[in-house]
Amino acid sequence: MTATADAPAAADGAARRPPRREVIYRHTVLVRLTHWLNVLAIVVMLGSGLNIFNAHPHLYWGQKGSELDRPFLSIDAVEAASGPRGVTTVAGAKFDTTGFLGVAVDKGQTLQKAWPSWMTIPSYQDLANARHWHFLFAWVLAVNGAAYLIWGVVSRHLKRDIWPTGRDLASLPQSILDHIRLRHPTGEAAKRYNILQRLAYLGVIILISLMVLTGLTMSPGFDAFAPWLLDLFGGRQSARSIHFLCASGIVAFVTVHLIEVVLAGPINEVMSMITGRYAVPPDHS
Amino acid sequence: MTLITRRNALITAATGSGLLLAGCTKVRFGDTLTGSAGFQRVLAQAEAWTLSSQRFLLSGGAMAREYSVADISPKFKANGTLYPSGEDYEDAVNEEFARWRLTIDGMVSHPLSLSVAEIRSLPARTQITRHDCVEGWSAIGQWTGVPLGLLLKTAGVLPQAKYAVFHCADNLEGEPEKGGMQAPGQYYESIAVVDALHPQTLIAHSMNGKPLDVGHGAPLRLRVERQLGYKQAKYVQRIQLTDRLSGLYGGKGGYWEDRGYEWYAGI
Repeated sequence: MTATADAPAAADGAARRPPRREVIYRHTVLVRLTHWLNVLAIVVMLGSGLNIFNAHPHLYWGQKGSELDRPFLSIDAVEAASGPRGVTTVAGAKFDTTGFLGVAVDKGQTLQKAWPSWMTIPSYQDLANARHWHFLFAWVLAVNGAAYLIWGVVSRHLKRDIWPTGRDLASLPQSILDHIRLRHPTGEAAKRYNILQRLAYLGVIILISLMVLTGLTMSPGFDAFAPWLLDLFGGRQSARSIHFLCASGIVAFVTVHLIEVVLAGPINEVMSMITGRYAVPPDHS
Repeated sequence: MTLITRRNALITAATGSGLLLAGCTKVRFGDTLTGSAGFQRVLAQAEAWTLSSQRFLLSGGAMAREYSVADISPKFKANGTLYPSGEDYEDAVNEEFARWRLTIDGMVSHPLSLSVAEIRSLPARTQITRHDCVEGWSAIGQWTGVPLGLLLKTAGVLPQAKYAVFHCADNLEGEPEKGGMQAPGQYYESIAVVDALHPQTLIAHSMNGKPLDVGHGAPLRLRVERQLGYKQAKYVQRIQLTDRLSGLYGGKGGYWEDRGYEWYAGI
């Protein structure tokens, strides 16, 4: 750049144009389709799931649990002299979460509910309709996930692109350093997923699978068909708690995922998930 | 580089505000869809898929898990009606349900009318099962009662009957904390005949070794394991066999069903 900075304006324009970026076909139709269906399903599942949570904002370990037992997590509204306060209790420790959890203001009204209106589907408390949303999109999530996994195994996408190799694992410390310095792979290295991407994508595949399995464990009908699920997760109430924790894990994944998309060049990244074609960031050397 | 950074910053801001907008409109959009009759039909599709897939998976008559005495909840939360209103029920409590009758009628060849004492004298099944409330909590209790299948065999269910409808003595005021449609009404429930004949489906008269208390449905309640708590009708007075649910109360087959909940409560 500096060497050509003094070149006369009349010089050949092509020479000053940045080198043409190499474009590769990165995402197959199935990856793109399942990705966007997942976006839709997960947004609806999170929103309707929090509405369902609001019907009983307590989590327990074991087979059973009601307010009469001891929850490890509770989101309550408590009457105080100054008005209702939102109190979130985690393993006995109490936090004042007024304004967000337990008590929040919605359109000028102070509402006493665990998760605030702007996070839930529907926005108002409605267990029946939240369940309708949740169970319709549960089918979308499960069928979409199963299609992705079956295709991923058959086409070797999972083995080739997601499963970390020994060399990938060896690059973990370097990759962590690069990510901290916001340095993203370029050239050849950008054509394949790095180790942190592989671990993150593998992680979210496991989280979504656990969501489906713990969700099924909460179904009294499915329990009769597959009682081993109750043993696997340590009971229906444990499954409900794991369901919530995995959902939190998915929120964490999506947050980091979106930050990375923005840092790595949002237009190129988003377009690659729409068209499949990805412009490889050129080497700076 | 500065240009690219500025462009990135602009794109970041645009993406950020786009997401924020999506977050804000999501709520309204979800509410609008929820209120639309057309989308309600789409939502209802899930129940049909759940019902047919669970019918397939449970076609072998799989049993709900039974627990041990040690697992029984020290305090089993009573929900819904805690004490039916009205003098009739109050009188029944005072006379220890001596005149309470359970009738079985509708599409049966021999309608029955049984006293609580008669039901207590019939062969009983005892099971320790988990009660899962639609709200999310669970409690474990021991139930003793006569298998409903035994009563239905005696009554002779006609082949055209599809549902057993449970008429209850309680008028429920609604539970506003659940949100959604709320209006007081007579409690009732219905299950498919195939579930009524399941060996764990009981007309229970005892809980944890004692006669049912009022909060848990005295003198008789339904236990239909493999389904949620709102199906477990309390204060049962009449079981009607029928081939259709329309025409009864709100027409959807149960108090909560008439207020928007799924008729099939296996999930």
